[in-house]
Amino acid sequence: MANATTSAAELAGDGVLAATSTLGQEVIHVARERYLEVVAALRGSGFEMCADLCAVDYLRHLDRPLPGTVTPERFEIVVNLLSLERHQRVRVRVQVPEDDPVVPTLFHLYPGSENMEREAFDLYGLRFEGHPDHTRILMPDDWEGHPLRKDYSVGRVPVQFKEAPGPR
Amino acid sequence: MSDENLVAETSEGPQELQDLDETSSEELAIEQGTAVRLPEGLVFDPGDIDVEFGADETMIINMGPQHPSTHGVLRIMMELEGETVLRSKPIIGYLHTGMEKTGEQLTYVQGATNVTRMDYLSPLHNELVFALAVEALLGIEIPPRATWIRMLMTELNRISSHVMWMATNGMDLASTSMMIYGFRDREMILTFFEKTTGLRMNHDYIRPGGVAADLPDGWEDDVMAIVDTIPGRVDEYDDMLTGQPIFKQRTEGVGLISPELAIAMSATGPILRASGVAWDLRRDMPYLAYDEVDFDVIVGTVGDTYDRYAVRLNEIRESCKIVRQCVEMMPRGDYRAQDKKVTPPPRARIDESMEALIHHFKIFTRGFEVPAGEVYTAVESPRGELGCYLVADGSAKPYRMHIRGPSFVNLQSLPPLLRGGLIADAIAVISSVDPVMGEVDR
Repeated sequence: MANATTSAAELAGDGVLAATSTLGQEVIHVARERYLEVVAALRGSGFEMCADLCAVDYLRHLDRPLPGTVTPERFEIVVNLLSLERHQRVRVRVQVPEDDPVVPTLFHLYPGSENMEREAFDLYGLRFEGHPDHTRILMPDDWEGHPLRKDYSVGRVPVQFKEAPGPR
Repeated sequence: MSDENLVAETSEGPQELQDLDETSSEELAIEQGTAVRLPEGLVFDPGDIDVEFGADETMIINMGPQHPSTHGVLRIMMELEGETVLRSKPIIGYLHTGMEKTGEQLTYVQGATNVTRMDYLSPLHNELVFALAVEALLGIEIPPRATWIRMLMTELNRISSHVMWMATNGMDLASTSMMIYGFRDREMILTFFEKTTGLRMNHDYIRPGGVAADLPDGWEDDVMAIVDTIPGRVDEYDDMLTGQPIFKQRTEGVGLISPELAIAMSATGPILRASGVAWDLRRDMPYLAYDEVDFDVIVGTVGDTYDRYAVRLNEIRESCKIVRQCVEMMPRGDYRAQDKKVTPPPRARIDESMEALIHHFKIFTRGFEVPAGEVYTAVESPRGELGCYLVADGSAKPYRMHIRGPSFVNLQSLPPLLRGGLIADAIAVISSVDPVMGEVDR
C-alpha cells in the first residue's frame, strides 16, 4: 500500500470544485466542463479502472447539502474509480442540469464504462456526448420515457397478464 | 403471426448488431474489441480497422435469447465468416424487472428481499453488500459473531456458486457427469442454507444490523461435513477435467484476454485474476474479518478459458480453508446488533410486552429511518466486484439504490473474447464469463 495517503483530490489537479470525505470515502465534485479533464488526470495518476458509473435523480432534493462551490442540479453522475496499485477508491460527482442533460463520455478513457453509460442513458435519459453506441440497453428499443427518473411513477404500465387496469 | 410481424415484435432496433456498412467505425471497434487493444498512447484511427470480408460472405446470426449455453435470456448476435466469429454483441434486458426502482419503494428492512433476487446463484453476497451499505450510513457496529456468521455463509455460498459453475460449464462442454456431480455438491450446501435460513435460495438472511437468526444447533458438524467432503470431490473433478485431452483442447488458448484489456474493460473476479492480475477485494480491501483469516488469491497466467476454470476450481479449495477457519474462530455472543432502532425485540418479549409488540410492528411496517448521506460498498462476489451505491435522504426508504453487478460489467468483455474464435468455442467462452442474467438485467 505505497503512498495511499496521497489524496485523490491532489492527483486530480485544479479542476476539482470541492473534495470531501463521507464515511471515510473520498468524494470529488467536478464541474461538467472540466469533468473529462479531471477524470483523465485521475486515470493518468493510477486510477486505472472505472469500477462503476451511475446516475441519480435528485428531483425531490434539489436543495440538498453540497459543498458551497457546487451548484445543485437535478441529475448527478457518480463515477467510482479504483486504483488497483494503491488500493484506493475515489468517487467523482458531476452535476447535470435538467434542461441540458449532456455529459462527455468516458469511453475513450475507460472502454469499460460503455455499458454503464448506456444504462444511465436508458434509465435516466442522460446523453453521453461521443458515446459510440448510444442506444437503450435494458429497456425495449421502443420504450417511452426513462423509468428510473423520479417523475416516472410506479405502476404506470399496465401489467400484461391482468385485464388492463389502465394508469393507476 | 406472419414472419414480418414476428421480426417487428421481437426486434430491438439499433441495439442489435447492424450490417457492416451501417455500423459506424467506432461501434465496429467495440464489436471487434479493437479500440481497447491498442497500446496506450496510440490514437485510435477508425480507418485502421481491417474489414477483411465482404458483407455478402458473412452472415449475422442470433445465439439466444433462448439457448442452453447462454445461462438465461442472454442474446448474442454474431457475424460469422464460415465458423469464425468476426464481430459480436451481447443484447441484454430480457429479464429486466426494474429492481433498482423497486428498491426505492421498499424500506431498508424489506430491501434485502429485493437485492437477494438479483444474483440468484450467490444471494448472500447481494444481501451482504446491501447490509454493509445500510450499516455504514447508520453508523452501527455489528457484533463479532454476526461478522463471522456472514463470512461463513458467504464463503459457503461462493463454494456453491463455483460448484454450480463447474456443473453448467461441464454441461456446455458436454461433460454430463460434471453437471450431475456439481448439482450434487451444491445440494449439500443448499440443504445447510435451508436449515439455517429457512430457504434454499433468496434467503433474506443477512439483514442490516446482523443476521436474521443464529446458526442452528449442531451447525459445526454440518459445516465440517461439507468442508470435509468438498475438497475430495474437487480433487476428483481435477482428475476428471484438468488433464483430460478433450477438455484441454476445448479450453486452452480459447477466449484470451490480456491483463491490460481486462482492467480497461472493468472486468473483475475470475476473469481479471485469470489474466494474471492478483486483485481480490477480500485481500486487497478487506471487509468483514477477512484480514484475520489466511487464504491465497488464485491467479492465472494466460487469461484463457482454461485459466478461468482453474481459478474457480482452486477458489473452491481456498473457500473451504476460510470456512474451516470460521468454524474454529467463531466467537460467542449476539448474532445481531442490540440497537433498538434497527433490531426487532426477541420473539419471547412480544408475548409479554405491549411495547415490544408495537416496536416489532413498527420496524416491520414503517421500517427505520436512515440518516441522509451516500455510500458505496463493495464485496468480492463469486463473479467479481459487487457494489452497492446507496443514497439515503433521511426517510425509511432508500432514495437511490444502485447495484454494480459484476456480470453486467463482465459481459462487455465478450466481443474481444469471442473475436476470431470458432462458434463452438463461443459456447466455452460465454460459459467461462459466468454471467447470471438476474444480475445483468436487474
